[in-house]
Amino acid sequence: MATVNVTDISKTYPNGAQAVHPASFDIADGELIVLVGPSGCGKSTLLRMVAGLEDITTGDLHIGARLVNNLDPAERDIAMVFQNYALYPHMSVAKNMAYGLKNRGASKEQIAAKVSEAAEMLSLTALLDRRPSQLSGGQRQRVAMGRAIVRDPALFLFDEPLSNLDAKLRHQMRVEIRNLQRRLNVTAMYVTHDQVEAMTMADRIFVLNAGRIEQIGTPSEIYRKPASTFVASFMGAPPMNLLLAQSVGGQVQIGGVALGLSCADGDVTVGIRPEQVAVTQGGTIPFKLTLVEELGASRLLHGTVAGQDFVVNAPNDDAALADDLMLDFAPDALHLFDAQTGQRL
Amino acid sequence: MKRAAFSQPLMPVALLLPQLVIIAVFFYWPAWEAIYSSFFLQDPFGFGSNFVGADNYTRLAKSSEYAKVAGFTVFFTVIVTVLSLGTALLLAVKADKVIRGAKTYRTLLMWVYAIAPPVAGFLGALLFDQNIGPITDLFAFFGYNLQIGLNYNDTAFAMIVVSVWKQIPVNFIFLLSGLQSIPVAVREAALIDNKSGTRRFWDITFPLLAPTAFFLLITNITYALFDTFGVIDIMVKGNPASNPITLVYKVYTDGFRGGDLGGSSAQSVVLMVLVLALTIMQFRMLERRIHYT
Ligand SMILES: Nc1ncnc2c1ncn2[C@@H]1O[C@H](COP(=O)(O)OP(=O)(O)OP(=O)(O)O)[C@@H](O)[C@H]1O
Ligand SMILES: [Mg+2]
Repeated sequence: MATVNVTDISKTYPNGAQAVHPASFDIADGELIVLVGPSGCGKSTLLRMVAGLEDITTGDLHIGARLVNNLDPAERDIAMVFQNYALYPHMSVAKNMAYGLKNRGASKEQIAAKVSEAAEMLSLTALLDRRPSQLSGGQRQRVAMGRAIVRDPALFLFDEPLSNLDAKLRHQMRVEIRNLQRRLNVTAMYVTHDQVEAMTMADRIFVLNAGRIEQIGTPSEIYRKPASTFVASFMGAPPMNLLLAQSVGGQVQIGGVALGLSCADGDVTVGIRPEQVAVTQGGTIPFKLTLVEELGASRLLHGTVAGQDFVVNAPNDDAALADDLMLDFAPDALHLFDAQTGQRL
Repeated sequence: MKRAAFSQPLMPVALLLPQLVIIAVFFYWPAWEAIYSSFFLQDPFGFGSNFVGADNYTRLAKSSEYAKVAGFTVFFTVIVTVLSLGTALLLAVKADKVIRGAKTYRTLLMWVYAIAPPVAGFLGALLFDQNIGPITDLFAFFGYNLQIGLNYNDTAFAMIVVSVWKQIPVNFIFLLSGLQSIPVAVREAALIDNKSGTRRFWDITFPLLAPTAFFLLITNITYALFDTFGVIDIMVKGNPASNPITLVYKVYTDGFRGGDLGGSSAQSVVLMVLVLALTIMQFRMLERRIHYT
């Protein structure tokens, strides 16, 4: 249990690649932060700097009240869960969990108590004598969790811990990890490129893009008020529609139709989520339908608005659809972004 | 498994034959010959031989000279194995940590591996040469007169140094690749779990290296026992009587120099049994325990 304070932290690899540009943020005690972003955006690098597995090029990192920049990973009071679990193959499940405690001078009784408590929590009790090679992927994942839990660290670090599991197990473990973290009230940083994980687990989401933090916010803030076209198109499935529009006489128009929004004259990017569009006879925006994707509960209508790609997530009412439809949306469902910088207006 | 059928029943036999012939001619036949002649005593002048039963073996068991050579062989094998494995492990661990210029460093360490055994023996002999050997000079500088081929201990020392030197690169290559096949994340997990680098090595790295190390242990014992023949031959300078030799070398001197084919054969049978035991041990151990995946 601890706060994390990061000041202007950055990472330049020896080959000159700048993986993380100076970033500052604070994490509250017991908070779960999810770092999300596309592959190569620097999520792992940032997490590994916090863990001490990567040197910090510039900036200060405090865990609790301690400046930990120059401390070894073992001295930072953190525990990490790796993507491939990184269990010790020659040790039993119990020994895997005990190893970190043993090296911190815990007594035999303490270790046994901690291990059996964690095993209980993760339903691993029957497996304590097995080797990692004798476990399923989901069970290994649990052992990796157990290894982190027994340590009672100040901070949990997760680097895509669920990405090797199948969809069902992933869902189950997601809930389990979230519950455990709540129950133990340990501060956590969680890296994923799965936006569903990010939305469902996070107290706050950090969206990273090319080594920079684009936006920090609660899941609902990220969804409702994306700070840029990047965040808007990264978070949400299917992603937000982004249309190039013009503002004429202060009124934003697409294909000559005013949207009921105003901003300074010139080009502007208009964003609208596929699920916030209605297909109605009384709509004002013409939509050319090219493809229908059935999702079961709803269906995705792919087509164009004013010649630009557009997707509508419509309720699945089995109605036959004409090729030319009319769309309607509330003005407050629209997002305006600078057409050049992509920043929210 | 898929079973392929040959339309011609003799085809598989024909395909196997070359391999079988080679094995028979170069392995089974000599082995049989050795076992057979170990029960005979050769006439010193080569006029035939007499069946003597297990005499050659009992003679071996009683021979104090054989016991001395066996003793030296054990000592030599242990020292060479421990030193060459230990040094190679140290070098491999260090090389594994090198990030800048890693390739060059590794290539340099592997060079010795490319030297043929007789050349290595010859180079070793040069290093220890009485007149021009730099190692002899070095010892002379400290006031010690190194006499290879004359002084028992000096010869043993030179044999060990050259044999170890020759074996380090092979061990190094295997140990380094063993180290590098340990998943990075496992090491990183250990880094978080344990502050002490030495403890991490013995708790995590070394056990994960154990399959490689065990394989090398057997290889090194075999090397020290058998493949050091060339080195020994050069070091004893044709004077095996007053110099340390190993069991394999004794087979050669007794058989070809001493003309005692029966005794020499009995010695090779003993060595064959030794190799058999080593091989069985290796298979047993590899099948069991030292495998994690
Ligand atoms: N050891 C390294 N040396 C040089 N560049 C590196 C090194 N490790 C990572 N990088 C670079 O730093 C950037 C960020 O890498 P990082 O591993 O943090 O990405 P990531 O966001 O975790 O991606 P992924 O989702 O694929 O895991 C990438 O462009 C990568 O190529
Ligand atoms: Mg990563």
